[in-house]
Amino acid sequence: MANNANAPKKSPFNFKVLRRILGYLFKFFPKLLPLTALCILFSAVVAAVPALFIQRVLSVIEECYVARDWSGAKERIVPYVVFLACLYVLSILSSTLWNQLMAYITHSFLNKMRITMFEKMQKLPIKYFDTHKHGDIMSYYTNDIDTLRQLVSQCLPVLLQSSAIVLSVLAIMVYFSIPMTLIVLLGVILMMIVSTKVGGGSAKYFLRQQISIGKTEGFVQEMMNGQKVIKVFNHENQSKKDFDVINNQLFSDSYKAHSYANSLGPIIMNIGNVLYVMIAIIGGLYILAGFRNFSVSGLTFGISVLVPFLNMSKQFTGNVNQVTQQVNAVVMGMAGAERIFNLMDEEAETDDGYVTLVNAEISDNGEITESDKITGKWAWKHPHGDGTLSYTQLRGDVRMFDVDFAYVEGKDVLHNISVYAEPGQKVAFVGATGAGKTTITNLINRFYDIADGKIRYDGININKIKKADLRRSLGIVLQDTNLFTGSVLDNIRYGRLDATDEECIEAAKLAGADDFITRLPSGYATELSNNGSNLSQGQRQLIAIARAAVANPPVMILDEATSSIDTRTEAIVQRGMDRLMKNRTVFVIAHRLSTVKNSDVIMVMDHGEIIERGSHDDLIARKGVYYSLYTGAFELE
Amino acid sequence: MISILKSLREYKKPTFLTLFFIVGEALIETQIPTRTADLVNGIKAGIPMSEVAKTGAVLFVMAVFSLTFGGLAGFTCSKASAGLAKNLRHDIYSKVQDFSFENIDRFSSSSLVTRLTTDITNVQMAYMMIIRIAVRSPMMLTFAIIMAYRMNSTLASTFVVIIPVLVTGLLVIGRIALPAFKRVFKKYDKLNESIEENARGMRVVKSFAREDYEIGKFSTAAERIRKDFTFAERVVAMNGPVMQICLNFNMVFVLLVGAKLVVQSGGTELDVGQISAMLTYAMQVLMSLMMFSVVFIMLTISAESVVRIKEVLSEKPGLTNCASPVFEVPDGSIDFENVNFKYSAKAEKYALSDINLHIRSGMTVGIIGGTGVGKSSLVQLIPRLYDATEGNVKIGGINIKDYDLVTLRDSVAMVLQKNLIFSGTINDNLRWGNPEAGQEEITEACKMAMADEFIKSFPDGYDTVIEQGGTNVSGGQKQRLCIARALLKKPKILILDDSTSAVDTRTDAHIRAALASYIPETTKIIIAQRVASVRDSDMIIVMDNGKITATGTHSELLKTSEIYREVYEQQTKGGEEDGE
Repeated sequence: MANNANAPKKSPFNFKVLRRILGYLFKFFPKLLPLTALCILFSAVVAAVPALFIQRVLSVIEECYVARDWSGAKERIVPYVVFLACLYVLSILSSTLWNQLMAYITHSFLNKMRITMFEKMQKLPIKYFDTHKHGDIMSYYTNDIDTLRQLVSQCLPVLLQSSAIVLSVLAIMVYFSIPMTLIVLLGVILMMIVSTKVGGGSAKYFLRQQISIGKTEGFVQEMMNGQKVIKVFNHENQSKKDFDVINNQLFSDSYKAHSYANSLGPIIMNIGNVLYVMIAIIGGLYILAGFRNFSVSGLTFGISVLVPFLNMSKQFTGNVNQVTQQVNAVVMGMAGAERIFNLMDEEAETDDGYVTLVNAEISDNGEITESDKITGKWAWKHPHGDGTLSYTQLRGDVRMFDVDFAYVEGKDVLHNISVYAEPGQKVAFVGATGAGKTTITNLINRFYDIADGKIRYDGININKIKKADLRRSLGIVLQDTNLFTGSVLDNIRYGRLDATDEECIEAAKLAGADDFITRLPSGYATELSNNGSNLSQGQRQLIAIARAAVANPPVMILDEATSSIDTRTEAIVQRGMDRLMKNRTVFVIAHRLSTVKNSDVIMVMDHGEIIERGSHDDLIARKGVYYSLYTGAFELE
Repeated sequence: MISILKSLREYKKPTFLTLFFIVGEALIETQIPTRTADLVNGIKAGIPMSEVAKTGAVLFVMAVFSLTFGGLAGFTCSKASAGLAKNLRHDIYSKVQDFSFENIDRFSSSSLVTRLTTDITNVQMAYMMIIRIAVRSPMMLTFAIIMAYRMNSTLASTFVVIIPVLVTGLLVIGRIALPAFKRVFKKYDKLNESIEENARGMRVVKSFAREDYEIGKFSTAAERIRKDFTFAERVVAMNGPVMQICLNFNMVFVLLVGAKLVVQSGGTELDVGQISAMLTYAMQVLMSLMMFSVVFIMLTISAESVVRIKEVLSEKPGLTNCASPVFEVPDGSIDFENVNFKYSAKAEKYALSDINLHIRSGMTVGIIGGTGVGKSSLVQLIPRLYDATEGNVKIGGINIKDYDLVTLRDSVAMVLQKNLIFSGTINDNLRWGNPEAGQEEITEACKMAMADEFIKSFPDGYDTVIEQGGTNVSGGQKQRLCIARALLKKPKILILDDSTSAVDTRTDAHIRAALASYIPETTKIIIAQRVASVRDSDMIIVMDNGKITATGTHSELLKTSEIYREVYEQQTKGGEEDGE
């Protein structure tokens, strides 16, 4: 139907995907699905049998109407009709049942798919999100799930039902008359040919329409984003002209695609009409000529056979039409399912870590025991091959030895990096965009795994630490702040789910965010939506800092965490930041050298290598790259 | 829906043609069963073959006409609906081009994109359904009932039963299902938002090891949708059985009553052919009703899209030219006289208040202050990106409202804080400033903006293709390209709104020096975070909280303005400047 037309369309049928969908359905509903199928089949067969009853009733009429003997006819007709009515009642029951079951199955299935997809998404490595557009990921959950819904809730039952009806009708036709059946089949073959031709044309243009829509969307997106620039440069008329070209192309593709799709229905139905007339005429000739009938039933070909035959030919074409109407949706559903399966088949983030983070009590002589209470102290629990356990206190000592790394094989981003951060130290990275600063932090929390070298956390190789525990011990504040739908307080509590309101507010104060939050319309209860779009970038960063503060991790990574806060505000925030950083190992990445100046060690990075290291004073005294950066002779991008 | 039909324009003709073809198709299609009944009866009665062939020929011609009409309607309705969509897109796009900044602020760019794509597609589909089915269904319904009654009124009395049953069924189902679907769609939107949040914020989720927490949240929300959606669809799934009840009743009724009539009248009042025809008519009637309910649902779904489209089309552009505009800007002097400004009439707080300022032509003016104090608001009033709420802004002694808008904006070049370059070559982008600019002129502007050097270092030089979003040039390079683009306008006034923030201080100084020597008569306004970028200006304006708190030169302000001194000291303590 026409409303299927706006989803992408690929021409090849992908039966592997279909098999997989059916496989899931059977797995999820091992009993319900066969039951549903049975109900559909039953309804379909019942839908075909009236032809038999009509034939019987008509033959009775034929015998009785000359004598006008209704009472005689009645006795013979009523049982047929009553039997038919009983069948109908059963059929209505079974069709109600399968319709209800199908609604249940469809949405339980989609729900399972959605949750499976989402669970999978959560397990995917960061690399996936760095290399896929968010819009594309979104469309798996919206467009593709939607085509899948169409496929499961509509196409599959209709296909099953229609083919069952077609087969039953065919059987009855053969029962009535084989020669006439062949004529009907000829007509059906003609329909098939036409629908392949017209349907193929429609597929071609739908594909083109899809490309045009993509182009239009891309163009519109760019222009709507740059609308203010367009105004400033008086570029409106040119931009209208450019748009019209794209718009006209879209019109022409869309027009053609829909034209083919829309005319397919009338064409099939009217071939059906012609077929109907042909059968009537040929059947009439048949009767008049008195040819012998070949049939399973051995019935002679009379008017009582012809009339149900005509009805059946209608039913036949109607159902063939139904099937052709589903083709678009089936193809789209398969394409959508394929993309969904691609997501589900993505390789998940592996985690071979076995060292976990536990609450600990530490006695005066340094002995560590595990505790199930919150002690404020943490330890790494390290199981050994021989079944013994050992504990290492969490201190925040992070060391990297000769680390190499490449996002794409062969293109080294980091080379030979060694960094030693002792507990409580502040380590800063400066350098141009692409120098590899952020990459280093990506490696510490294992968003990406190093190619060569070693990273040790409190002396433990980080590959041995369970990823979730490793990340919980690191607090990260990123340049691009992401907040979640919910209140400000919820967002801060994201750092530690069991934090009390007071602890969250305390953290906000520490981050210097309390001031503006209390001035929001509903204070801490203010609802944020759309990534906190009602806040300024700087305010969002402050909330993100508070969120990290409430987690109270021994190690913090601040990646351009204050870049959007103006220098005056930053000076205010700085005091909070200093308090936040106290007694923690902190990695700082910043554009503004004023932010990193008071670090214990500053690493100057260039093209994936550390080219200078030392304290601010050391580096100034050296008069190297840092010095020229500091005096403004170099450009930092 | 009706209000947006104004955009149909040249596609009224295919619309009317569609209606014409559809009526024709429906007329013929309802004739066919009666004719076939005659044919069948004829055969049964043993009339001569020539008669049979004649009726057959008539039927064949009817089928051909029905096919032609149906096929043509398929084409015309596609043309009409695709055309309506095209015109709507054109209208919305043009409308947005006429938007003032105030209008633009009211619509987020992503919402405009949705309106131009998804919403219009919805309308296109709805329109296609409406002109085909909304007309066809009542037509079929009426014709089929008339034909059925003309054929045999006793048999046609089946409609007295089945039509009310189906209509009641559809109405009840619709009443329950529609609100349920609306609820589902709302929750659906929410769910999608949370998915997007996760896709975007995966680093945060993973950093805090919140994967399971997010899965839990998602599962709960998804489960709620499953419940609601299942309910809604189960209600709709009752359509099938209701339809079946009607069809089956009809079958039983027609068989029984039909048989009786045929036998009793000896085939004079009714014959077997009509029995079969009655079944077809009932089918046509029921299908029409069914399709009509589909149209109704389509209309409800697209109603929101229509509202969103209308919102844009009925938006009144905020700025207009005055009756007899001035087409010449005499010089680059600027005056602010008692200017107050707020972004919308409803806003409580003024973004700017009590602004009085005189800038002489050719001056270099620096503006400094924290984020959100009104620096950008102030300069945006100069090219009339917004109109002052109270007070006057004058350029060259003439109120800016008296200038032709294009003239004004051509004379005032502004490099916006949110810099954008578009996909296309570097030259294409630069020519936004002046479509007729020759290569020499372009190179000169780029030299001034310190962009020539890096452009030439690209393999394709000035013909380097910029990708969408300008991802293949760095932030500082982008900023310099934007400055060059603005310079090509040869403006009387040049405004740089924090336009060199990603450029290193030395290059920044070079650009300022170049501007001072190449275009001395142009008034230059520089907004900056860095004191270094403005300290050499003829005049520095210090802003705080929507007001001008101090004006003067660098050395004056060090003495008079506490804010200025504070910012200066913060940026210079321990070293000369920071290396942003």
